[in-house]
Amino acid sequence: MNEYQKVDRTTQLTDQRRSKANTEKITIMNKRDWSVHPPYLFPDYKSTVLRAPTKPLIPLKHTLSELTGPVYGHDMIGKYDNDLTKNAIKNGEPLGERIIVAGKVTDENGRPVRDTLIEVWQANAAGRYIHKVDQHNAPLDPNFLGAGRCLTDNEGNYKFYTIKPGAYPWGNHSNAWRPNHIHFSLFGNHITSRLVTQMYFPGDPLLQYDPVFLGVPEKGRKLLISEFKLDLTEDSFALGYEFNIVLRGKNETPFETK
Amino acid sequence: MRENKLLQTPSQTVGPYFAYGLTSQQYRYDHAQVADGNLIKDNNNHGECITIKGQVLDGEGNFIPDAMIEIWQANAEGNYNVCDFKGFGRQGTGTDKNGYFIFETVKPGSVNEAAPHINVIVFMRGLLSHVYTRIYFSDEAAANQKDEVLRSVDEKRRATLIAKRSEKNGVEYIFNIRMQGENETVFFDV
Ligand SMILES: [Fe+3]
Repeated sequence: MNEYQKVDRTTQLTDQRRSKANTEKITIMNKRDWSVHPPYLFPDYKSTVLRAPTKPLIPLKHTLSELTGPVYGHDMIGKYDNDLTKNAIKNGEPLGERIIVAGKVTDENGRPVRDTLIEVWQANAAGRYIHKVDQHNAPLDPNFLGAGRCLTDNEGNYKFYTIKPGAYPWGNHSNAWRPNHIHFSLFGNHITSRLVTQMYFPGDPLLQYDPVFLGVPEKGRKLLISEFKLDLTEDSFALGYEFNIVLRGKNETPFETK
Repeated sequence: MRENKLLQTPSQTVGPYFAYGLTSQQYRYDHAQVADGNLIKDNNNHGECITIKGQVLDGEGNFIPDAMIEIWQANAEGNYNVCDFKGFGRQGTGTDKNGYFIFETVKPGSVNEAAPHINVIVFMRGLLSHVYTRIYFSDEAAANQKDEVLRSVDEKRRATLIAKRSEKNGVEYIFNIRMQGENETVFFDV
């Protein structure tokens, strides 16, 4: 029985038997911690102005709907899906600096979240996305798509091989440049732990000017910056960056019922 | 009360270029995708086949062509994660010229006495953290009346959560998501 099935059982059990027990452990997923997540309205990032909800979120007590989520198996991951330096080769190697991005996905209690689906997408070394809407005047790389996926293993670990993405300009304000970044999408064990985020690189001088990054309260910012690791680095091949990710976890405070 | 050791990794916007990473086949990129807007293609379809269609609208009432919608639902008998019905769908709003997302699915059954509903997660450029909402069904008035979640919502705003059924071409429900304005959709602190 995997972790998420256990959670489902606990929830159902709790609903049915709450009145019979005096004290029992019930599964409550922690809410989003708004002291680290960015607010909806952040006017420096101009697109938030017409898209940010204006009314407060309505509290919702978690039910089975929130404590379940799609399950992904290793059968849906192809051989080169986690190797962006190989998964789109047409006539040679992609250009740019090869890197390794690896880390551990855990919950807030530090427990590994296994079988988390991680999807990534990014610009190429020149700062250009293959997306049709990207008009930046920088070359596409015929051997680089910039998208991949993998599942975390039993210890919550994942690893991608890719090319370091370039910075790119965007229209938010004059001379606006996005720092180097890789987009991450994660599916943990429930829809409550769903996370879409971006990983940045240490020492990037553009971070201090980027309203997307600065939208994150100061306390949370360093969690989005990967760390250079010599022991992840592969000799004569690629630099290693570690990016650990923390998904929402269970609050296991014992719950008193009457 | 909180005893957790680690801080949650902060959310960031999905940005304008998610399409080839997350909804690649829908947008005709040469990359596999894990889900699309058709939840029923592989099954022998217990239950009623329905279409859910809608736009995501900004504060000026314009449709948003670079949003991504994910849905998560039970099967017709009200069970999540059953082997013949995955219950998860994902659609970008950029392949329809009027920004419609379209899901082909089955109408979910009720789960633990809740009114039938579909869970929705919305992402877009300009949204630094995703939002959660729910789709309920206009033809379930009696069940909706009793639903604990709907009842927790101010009566005036409840209608934003109820998809309208029409039977003109098959069974179709319209569910628009308004980010702002007078009829701003109810978003939940999930
Ligand atoms: Fe980007």
